[in-house]
Amino acid sequence: MSIPRTMALVGNPNAGKSALFNALTGARQKIANYPGVTVERKAGRLVLPSGEPVELLDLPGSYALDAASPDEEVTRRVVMGEQPGQARPQVLVLVLDAANLEQHLVFAQEVIALGRPVVVALNMIDMAERDGLVLDPAALQSALGVPVVPTVAVRKRGLAELLAALEQAGRDGVTAPPPAVAQQLTGTERRLSARMMAQRAVLAESGAHRLHTRLDSVLLHPWAGPPILFALLFVMFQAVFAWATPFADALEGVVGWLTGLAEAFIPAGLPRDLLTQGVLAGVGSVVVFLPQIVILFAFILLMEQSGYMARAAYIMDRMMAGVGLSGRSFIPLLSSFACAIPGIMATRAIADPKDRLTTIMIAPLMTCSARLPVYAVIIAAFIPARNIGGGIGLQGTVLFALYVAGIVGALVVAWVMRRSVAKGGASGFIMEMPRYQWPSLRDITIGLWQRAWVFLRRAGTIIFTVTVALWLLLSFPQAGPGEDQVDASIAGHIANGLAVVVEPIGFNRDMALALIPAMAAREVAVSSLATTYAVAAEDEDSTAVALEQQLAARWTLPMALAFLAWFVFAPQCLSTIAVTRRETNGWKWPIVMLLYLFVLAYVAAGITYWLALAAGL
Amino acid sequence: MIGLDVIARGQTARIVAVDWVAFVPEEAKRLQALGVEPGAMVSVAHRGIFAGRDPLALRIGRMVVAVRRVHARAISVTPEGPA
Repeated sequence: MSIPRTMALVGNPNAGKSALFNALTGARQKIANYPGVTVERKAGRLVLPSGEPVELLDLPGSYALDAASPDEEVTRRVVMGEQPGQARPQVLVLVLDAANLEQHLVFAQEVIALGRPVVVALNMIDMAERDGLVLDPAALQSALGVPVVPTVAVRKRGLAELLAALEQAGRDGVTAPPPAVAQQLTGTERRLSARMMAQRAVLAESGAHRLHTRLDSVLLHPWAGPPILFALLFVMFQAVFAWATPFADALEGVVGWLTGLAEAFIPAGLPRDLLTQGVLAGVGSVVVFLPQIVILFAFILLMEQSGYMARAAYIMDRMMAGVGLSGRSFIPLLSSFACAIPGIMATRAIADPKDRLTTIMIAPLMTCSARLPVYAVIIAAFIPARNIGGGIGLQGTVLFALYVAGIVGALVVAWVMRRSVAKGGASGFIMEMPRYQWPSLRDITIGLWQRAWVFLRRAGTIIFTVTVALWLLLSFPQAGPGEDQVDASIAGHIANGLAVVVEPIGFNRDMALALIPAMAAREVAVSSLATTYAVAAEDEDSTAVALEQQLAARWTLPMALAFLAWFVFAPQCLSTIAVTRRETNGWKWPIVMLLYLFVLAYVAAGITYWLALAAGL
Repeated sequence: MIGLDVIARGQTARIVAVDWVAFVPEEAKRLQALGVEPGAMVSVAHRGIFAGRDPLALRIGRMVVAVRRVHARAISVTPEGPA
């Protein structure tokens, strides 16, 4: 079979490129990285009317081929055929926002002037109509000299016509652009001609987006805007706890049922223990957090797709400026609440190198979803599910406080960095505020599916491996009569050594034991504790007792709080270190990151433990 | 001719000059790509959070673009009546 041809989506940011990509390729997408750079390479498969499969690339949004950020540089290189390991796309699909032609036609002319086969998707034409614009695609087509197809990606309108045009363009090959577009023009000249083209393509215009203006005057209001943002974030964290419970309980029930089945049908012995204590107790304890992670991502995706995320960056800019960053850093940092890796990769949109370095260094302090299982299990075990008034739960409030602790820590670290190792002039904040948009269910679903799949794949690979390895270390050598299995095991000996170091901050041996595998992936701390207590509980005939009850019986409240404080700052997983190394081109910054996080975690856990003891908790 | 940072909210103004030295090259490129250049019409759509009056949201054509006050000051405009 021959390698399928490549086509690529290009366009300004906020042209609806990703929605069009989702509509054209459905869930058949592959997300990887371009070799050597960490800009995401989003590729999917579409089928032309002739039945020929084609690989479609979704390139990062660009304002110009003259790149102002690493993201735009990738787009330029792929379009020019200079990206190593990436075949030059045979047809470019130029995505334009129909309601913002004057702006988007500048980049469009630049791309068409390259003389590659181009098809224009005049996207979001429904939004333009709602804004009172009546457009003439034929006029635009004759002005640009390339096929123009009106589309509404979120409603799948115009897709068949677009596919037919792609097929035709692929067959015809390069067409000479009209002289007006082909000339080498300055930016100002292109802007002028873009304005003229837009004017000719717009047949009628009435009332400019009143809805957006009205929404903005509330959401960007100097006094109302920030409380709205904080309220939204608070609701998000409450929801992560409250809404997920029934689903998590159901998943837990399934794990319990499987454990029961294994115990009923497999004869007692090491293989059964491996399955119940290792695999089911370990991996199962992590998988039950899937609902919470899905809810968190749902909020982030909704904020991104509705256009509110840029407003959140606007509101946060003032606060970020206080520590030497800009609102632009808010978006990677908010993504880091889901996972630091995409967060660190998203810093590529930050032009200022010192800004970018600082953002990378503090990204791990944002509470990633892998820490959520740790928080959730400890909170469930030690914090009563009490209502503290107004329908606000105490558990959700503690969770919110942990997130806030990470944020405050991050701000302090950023402040220190901008005055020491990353000293430099204040950075700016220049950002387009996209129009508000009703999020599409399909785009949210595809996004959630991708995140959930990544999480489950981790549970099935990294977490599975680490948990089984830990079970082996815990189970051998086997304890003699009257001896505690964990004490006798290899892992017990290692943990006893480590316990000396962490004793001053209130950690016991089991907690020390959980810290080591948590370096691979933080949620493993939970599966480690689950496996440890499953092994330890064997003699007591209480394997079935939930992890929360085991913890409540074995730990004191100050210990639990110290453990939570540790995980607010604890060094992130090894993947994050690897991404940091790649992004900063060396080992210096990942090592600095590792050290400063260890010190912070140790100090924070110690302070928490001794304060809690002093308070008589 | 006054700085864009001092015009009233809602007022429309024409850009007469931009002091590009006030920007790092990437920022200058980005602003130019967004249509900030002499001759363009802008207005201040929103201003600041709390009492900070920073950043500003500019309306350029059919777009809203956030910039900091220090950058708005580098953009000189002449007011041309209300929006």
